[in-house]
Amino acid sequence: MGKYIIKRIINMIPTLLIVAIIVFLITRMIPGDPAAVMLGPQASVQEVEKLTEELGLNKPLHIQFFDYIGNLLQGDFGNSLTYNQPIADLIMDRFPNTVILAISALIIAIMIGVPAGIISATRQNSILDYTVTTISLIGVSMPVFWLGVMLVLYFSVNLGWFPSTGMGSMDEGFFTFIRHLILPSLTLATIPMSQFARITRSSMLEVVSQDYVKTARSKGVREFIVICKHAFKNAFTPLLTVMGLQISSLLGGAVLTETIFSWPGMGLLIIDAIEKRDFVVVQGTVLFIALIFVVVNLVVDILYKVVNPKINYSSNKGGTS
Amino acid sequence: MTSLQATEAAEVMERTRKRERSVFRKLIKNRLAAFGLFVIALLFVTAIFAPVIATHPPNQMDVTKSLLGPGEAGHLLGTDSYGRDIFSRLIYGSRVSLIVGIAAVVFGAFFGSFLGVIAGYFGGKFDSIIMRIMDGLFAFPFILLAITLMTVLGQGLVNAIIAIGIANIPGFARVVRGQVLNVKESEYIAVTKSLGAKHSRIIFQHVLPNSFAPLIVYATMSVAGAIISEASLSFLGLGIQPPTASWGSMLQEGRNFLVLNPHMATFSGLAILITVLGINLFGDGLRDALDPKMKL
Amino acid sequence: MPEELLRVENLQVEFRSGLTTTKAVNGVSFTLNKKENIGIVGESGSGKSVTATSLLRLIPEPPGIISDGNIFFEEKDLLKLSKKEMRAIRGNEISMIFQDPSTSLNPVYTVGNQIIESIRTHEKISKKEAKQKAIKMLELVGIPSPEKRINMYPHEFSGGMRQRVMIAIALACNPKLLIADEPTTALDVTVQAQILDLMKNLQDEFNTAIIMITHDLGVVWETCDKVLVMYAGNVVESGTVEQIHDNPMHPYTWGLLDSQITESVNNDEPLPTIPGSPPDLSQEVRGCPFAARCPFAQDICFSKKPEMVETEDNHYVSCHFQTKDKRLDRKEQQNDRAIVKG
Ligand SMILES: Nc1ncnc2c1ncn2[C@@H]1O[C@H](COP(=O)(O)OP(=O)(O)O)[C@@H](O)[C@H]1O
Ligand SMILES: [Mg+2]
Repeated sequence: MGKYIIKRIINMIPTLLIVAIIVFLITRMIPGDPAAVMLGPQASVQEVEKLTEELGLNKPLHIQFFDYIGNLLQGDFGNSLTYNQPIADLIMDRFPNTVILAISALIIAIMIGVPAGIISATRQNSILDYTVTTISLIGVSMPVFWLGVMLVLYFSVNLGWFPSTGMGSMDEGFFTFIRHLILPSLTLATIPMSQFARITRSSMLEVVSQDYVKTARSKGVREFIVICKHAFKNAFTPLLTVMGLQISSLLGGAVLTETIFSWPGMGLLIIDAIEKRDFVVVQGTVLFIALIFVVVNLVVDILYKVVNPKINYSSNKGGTS
Repeated sequence: MTSLQATEAAEVMERTRKRERSVFRKLIKNRLAAFGLFVIALLFVTAIFAPVIATHPPNQMDVTKSLLGPGEAGHLLGTDSYGRDIFSRLIYGSRVSLIVGIAAVVFGAFFGSFLGVIAGYFGGKFDSIIMRIMDGLFAFPFILLAITLMTVLGQGLVNAIIAIGIANIPGFARVVRGQVLNVKESEYIAVTKSLGAKHSRIIFQHVLPNSFAPLIVYATMSVAGAIISEASLSFLGLGIQPPTASWGSMLQEGRNFLVLNPHMATFSGLAILITVLGINLFGDGLRDALDPKMKL
Repeated sequence: MPEELLRVENLQVEFRSGLTTTKAVNGVSFTLNKKENIGIVGESGSGKSVTATSLLRLIPEPPGIISDGNIFFEEKDLLKLSKKEMRAIRGNEISMIFQDPSTSLNPVYTVGNQIIESIRTHEKISKKEAKQKAIKMLELVGIPSPEKRINMYPHEFSGGMRQRVMIAIALACNPKLLIADEPTTALDVTVQAQILDLMKNLQDEFNTAIIMITHDLGVVWETCDKVLVMYAGNVVESGTVEQIHDNPMHPYTWGLLDSQITESVNNDEPLPTIPGSPPDLSQEVRGCPFAARCPFAQDICFSKKPEMVETEDNHYVSCHFQTKDKRLDRKEQQNDRAIVKG
């Protein structure tokens, strides 16, 4: 197991490097002089030259790249002109807020989506099943930004139950914090929740007709345990894969959700920075999110092996032979 | 010999036609898929006949008639803050969704399939380099990649197509590569190869046609994703340039007048939802009709 | 005087989907005494597994439903028990093992976990005691170094070993009845004999009655006391092993016997199988279900369903032409076939 983890971590390095290269190349795709674009049309020639110097844009491309990687390795994401701060600090300010939002959404998605999928599968073709199937089908097709806007319209504007923007700080009390969190996390949870319900349903349907489920029943095990212990653990592997992938769309969806609810996370930071033409911040934040995703996927892969002893086995066999 | 080939070809075509017919019949029988097909057809009709269907020119402003409610002064769904007819803008907005949705997927499918075929067919170094790059692209949340590309490329229809298209490349590369590996395994290809066929011939005549079913299903689903992405970009003010009507930008504008006139935000979002739902239903049905066991 | 353990009366099982109703089991009756073995034979699709799973009330509902009949197990009417009472019987008084040991064990739990679960479902004992018992069971079914193997996953066992584990699970609570649904079909020929030997030996030790489902008559001759021959959801013939072996009466049974591999069969010659295929169970059959494939069929066979008739002591057969006073000549049928072949 330890060996496997180390192998996976080493395997991750080229991917990380490629991610960095992609971000680097994308920002060099800016047509014309990036410094001029960043400063806008009113900027003087001197100002543009100064920024070009600062960003190292006058150096040859490969030198720029090595500087960039070198800085990254030291945790230096560069400095923001508009925010007057190191970008690493900016990210560290915002990152926890995005994590709070993403984790709450993930929890909602799992707590509702997975049981809904299980119930749907165990009562196939019942009204309950049709309801879950229909709602999750609509859910995966949902434009989340629209859902967010509609939730604001009904629950904030019309009913006044929840605030429409911002994040409640813990200092104002847990209740305020939760009240601010509910709409954004529900919005963000919609797609993963529907996705989980769908994938849980289909993999449970595959599993409940398996012989070992019949064996469990023939042993006199209670139906609840048959489903939750014997069937679900087998249906869990595909679910885990989807969960790993959904982390990516959670982080992506966070950009839209944070914009709608003015949630001070990394997504809002990116959109803010884009409006301010602060490409360095965009570059740093996007890179950071991608790095997070690579690491999360590593964790999911490792979990995958813990859950599924069979995968473990075949790789052991491969290792010894 | 040639006549034999000709009869063989005719047989293959006949079989294909039969299969197509049965796939189509399955699709129609599946009520949800039929609904999806209906939505797609409606979308095409709307986009093509937009000038006929629309009651007003989509960009015609009239500040004296801003923010009218549905049905007021001959405006079916009311007007926006510039006094433009919401219904007509929704109708025209279907064009943007359809164009970007299809063009971006074609873009992504073209380059993605190319890379996937190279990686899967030739394997070895090609495979590891290409797939590493694809893994790298996969590390970016889809919409974030599109957003980043749009900030660099700038607003506009073509740029939106390119940005969403690029974001689609790694997905297609993976799907096609997987298919190519499957097909390559089959004895059939081994025989063809041993007969000394050229790579290009094997790829175009055998590998690609055999990967067609999953590819078409994946492409259908991707169109839905691309439409949502375009709407998201426009919603963030990064997509289509105003004043062109796009459902995403209408939603963004409608958001500012949520209290005064919620219809604009409501209807533009509904248009997106129904379109995407329809395409997804059709894609689901297509998969079930072609091969229910297909893993996508 | 043998004591009765199980009595099945006119069991009917249907699968309903949409407008079609498949009558998978259509009036099966038999009795089984304690420590007795009964074999159920028939082509695949004849309703053997459905009959067996119905005894434990484990057919998937919906679409399945036990539409009629009674199942008495030690005077308890199983079809009238509550779900909870039924669970107390499963794995405890009646156990079941399945055809394919590679799929009947849960791949994500250790075999120990799966045996212990069975024990602890029915006996209120500590985990530790249960584990000791599980190790003992593994030893009993002939698994070497059971202390180590108990912590392994099913995929780390061979097919034969897995079936041994299944037997250990099934016998862990000392059941009075073991239902074995083609327990050797998926195994290598050499392993098959070992598993059958093991089952026979353990039966003596545990005093269990066995319902042995198989399409291999050889297995029946070796292990059973009684035989039930099933065709298209019906029992067409039943009797003791000796009766069926020495004096089979139903043309379908003849067909089954002919299609068995025996030493005398010349390998170059293809194994004779019964021509035709079983009827569609979703269609109502008016006459004898076997009529369409029967070389002796007359008009009456297509219009009237034959009754079960006792032709000799406890030897029942359902055929219009096999009664105490009427007899068909089996030779005749074989001659017919020879002509067709020639
Ligand atoms: N879950 C099910 N749903 C619908 N029909 C079933 C189901 N299980 C069995 N059947 C029907 O019951 C018939 C008998 O099946 P089975 O008892 O498995 O045959 P055997 O075990 O003798 O090979 C089959 O032909 C099939 O049509
Ligand atoms: Mg069977």
